[in-house]
Amino acid sequence: MDCRHCGLPSPVGAVFCCPGCEAVSSAIGALGLGDYYRLRTAPAPAPPARGEELSGFDDPAFQASFVRAIGEGVSEAQLLIEGMRCAACGWLVEHALARTPGVESATVTFGSRKVRIRWSAASTRLSAILEAIRAVGYVAWPYEPGRVALVEERERRSALRRLWIAGLGMMQVMMYAVPAYLADAGEMTPDIEQLMRWSGLVLTVPVVAYSAAPFLRGAWRDLRLARLGMDVPVALGIAVAFVASAYATAAGSGAVYFDSITMFVFLLLGGRYLELLARSRAGRALQHLARLEPRTAQRLLDAQGHATEAVPAARLAPGDRVLVRSGETLPADGELEGPEALVSQAWLSGESRPLARCPGDPLLGGSINAGRALVLRVTRAGTETSLAAIQRMMERAIEERAPWVAAAQRASGAFVAGVIAAAFLAGILWWPVDPDRALWIAVSVLVVTCPCALALATPAALTVATGALAQRNFVVARAGAIERLATATDFVFDKTGTLTEGEPRLVAVTPLGRDDEPRCRALAAALARPSSHPLDRAIARAAPDAAIAGARDHASVPGDGVEAWVGDRRLRMGRAGFVAALHQHPVPTLEADDSVTTVWLGDPTGWIAALRLGDALRSDAHAAVAVLRARGIALHLLTGDADSIAQRVARSLGIAHVEAQASPARKLAYVRELQSRGARVAMVGDGINDAPGMGQADVSIAMGGGADLAQVRADAVLLSNSLADLAAAAQIARRTRAVIRQNLAWALAYNAIVIPLAFAGAVTPLLAGVAMSASSLLVVANALRLRR
Amino acid sequence: MDILYLLVPLSVVLAFIIGAAFWIAVEGGQFEDLDSPAIAVVADDDRPVGRPPPEAGS
Repeated sequence: MDCRHCGLPSPVGAVFCCPGCEAVSSAIGALGLGDYYRLRTAPAPAPPARGEELSGFDDPAFQASFVRAIGEGVSEAQLLIEGMRCAACGWLVEHALARTPGVESATVTFGSRKVRIRWSAASTRLSAILEAIRAVGYVAWPYEPGRVALVEERERRSALRRLWIAGLGMMQVMMYAVPAYLADAGEMTPDIEQLMRWSGLVLTVPVVAYSAAPFLRGAWRDLRLARLGMDVPVALGIAVAFVASAYATAAGSGAVYFDSITMFVFLLLGGRYLELLARSRAGRALQHLARLEPRTAQRLLDAQGHATEAVPAARLAPGDRVLVRSGETLPADGELEGPEALVSQAWLSGESRPLARCPGDPLLGGSINAGRALVLRVTRAGTETSLAAIQRMMERAIEERAPWVAAAQRASGAFVAGVIAAAFLAGILWWPVDPDRALWIAVSVLVVTCPCALALATPAALTVATGALAQRNFVVARAGAIERLATATDFVFDKTGTLTEGEPRLVAVTPLGRDDEPRCRALAAALARPSSHPLDRAIARAAPDAAIAGARDHASVPGDGVEAWVGDRRLRMGRAGFVAALHQHPVPTLEADDSVTTVWLGDPTGWIAALRLGDALRSDAHAAVAVLRARGIALHLLTGDADSIAQRVARSLGIAHVEAQASPARKLAYVRELQSRGARVAMVGDGINDAPGMGQADVSIAMGGGADLAQVRADAVLLSNSLADLAAAAQIARRTRAVIRQNLAWALAYNAIVIPLAFAGAVTPLLAGVAMSASSLLVVANALRLRR
Repeated sequence: MDILYLLVPLSVVLAFIIGAAFWIAVEGGQFEDLDSPAIAVVADDDRPVGRPPPEAGS
């Protein structure tokens, strides 16, 4: 039977899978919130570990960053809730908090997994509130919005307000305009007609002054800087139409177009709002990372005991020792002090399978402890961690203006100048023909042209592409990286750690005695297990845990190997001479291969096996290289390794251009050479050893997994270390370029058709506004295709 | 039709009032979350606190 709370299988006859679920479920019942089980559409998350010390949250210094005092003894804070899976979860948290003494209000936002709470500082404490949330099965953290998130939030709110005002104005102004359209001449008295006009004017004023303010302000800024942005014709159109209509109203004669103005503003804002939503969806990847960081850590107080104190994760310092319980997130980068641990680095690599780590191994903050409780010695905390470094990279890439965008904006400047000239010309040409219509035709020309589509085409596509790439663990750190990746003609790969794993792996086992291969592996693993030497680690990893034989009396001889007993067999593993000393048999000859290290295994009766360890190719290297080659990209391999090894790797992957024993300076020269022949070079390396070459390349991509991310200088970082993701990223970059071209082509075609129509007087200002907004939306929608 | 001289200006005033109401709603965060209210309606909890909840699946 499945657990009533979390839906995982539970023991026969039991309603719940574990005491944790039972406790949470009875807490929910006790609060009278059992409706939750009826309303939910997804099973509950597994409950958090109980009894964690939360008093660290009550520290006023810690609270300073996210708790606001909003009046007489009342505090307000936003918390991020982990584990919310459906709207019913939000309902549950909200009501559980409402029943917590001292809480004045609690509002959950399911979309962003946040709760805004107000509580009376006199009657409760933040830790009690967190405990109340924990009691119903969720973990809450203080929410400190990042810079980007904060700006976005403000932007979204003001956009929504402007949109509402414009919408309201548009509908009401239309009410005053329609009678004038429908009435026959003389049916409305001049008084009423004038009243309608004045009413329209009064309601148009806030739409123009408030809702359209971003356009007017943008245009003013552009004009002051003596350039022509896409806001200029829009603002000019609105201003001319408004002033002329207002004049006609005051004078009591002439046409008024308040309805067209308000609708134009509404449609423009609607388009922008949808674009904003699309952009924030693309930026989710960033927020997702921010959500990973735990806010508190359990710092160990002394070297031996297990007494801990809760401290804010941001206040950890290098050298601190932190206890991380099972299922908790690591609060900082550090070294594993012990014991052997299983951690999941899903945030970095997308690979959720836990990795085995030994004492002394580096661990990254944001990873999840999937095994037993572990002790972490902090090496980098707060803003120094790899997670923080990636967040900074992404923020910078979003803020920087990409070269393509700058080019499009320059082009749109020229375009705008042309449009204004055309509108002016239309007005002058129509004046002698029909002075009444001349002004409105000029306004139509201004409004119908869509510089937005031109200027929007590129940034929309790039923003969406950045989000799509982040989902494939490809973090763009420099705004221009996508466009340069799309146009790269040559990929230069480093070997070690890029095409290969970068650490030794057991590539072959040759049995030399009676034992078969799996048995040889198991014996070797048994001997290697206690050692932390990289070769031994590789041997130990190569055998399934269950198969490893029990060994005892390990004795290692540094530089030679290790000796131990398995059952009643005395075994030695290591250098040929060390093992041969046990049985005096001659060393068998193996096929020569200087890319591998050979480790021998033997017992007193003779040789058992030869184990060969080498730096194996990544499993997806073949497929990824094939994808790139199929797209006509020239591939190069540059390595500091010996020629024979480089040649073998290149042959196996089908890479034509190889250069071995290349120094960093030589790599730089190689990239320069390629560029001087007109190639656009993408260089893939570890981001530290290849720095000169990567700096010279048009676009540099660092393999991020495991590397010291804070040190990496590259245009993009491949977090998963997966070459398949690299090939996918190159594909997305190319599709981005295609979408940008389609968008620009559409924008040009649209303008080429509608400008002559407007010029001929065939487009009313209202129709012009609709057409222009539709064109902008089409461009954004096309960019959104990149998400798939 | 003299009533129009009152009603039309009144509609302008009304529009401003509605605009102010929207403004306050946006400021108050009523548009932040459009998912939870759908649930909140189904699960109104006028039930006095302390009464045992119904069994799941019933």
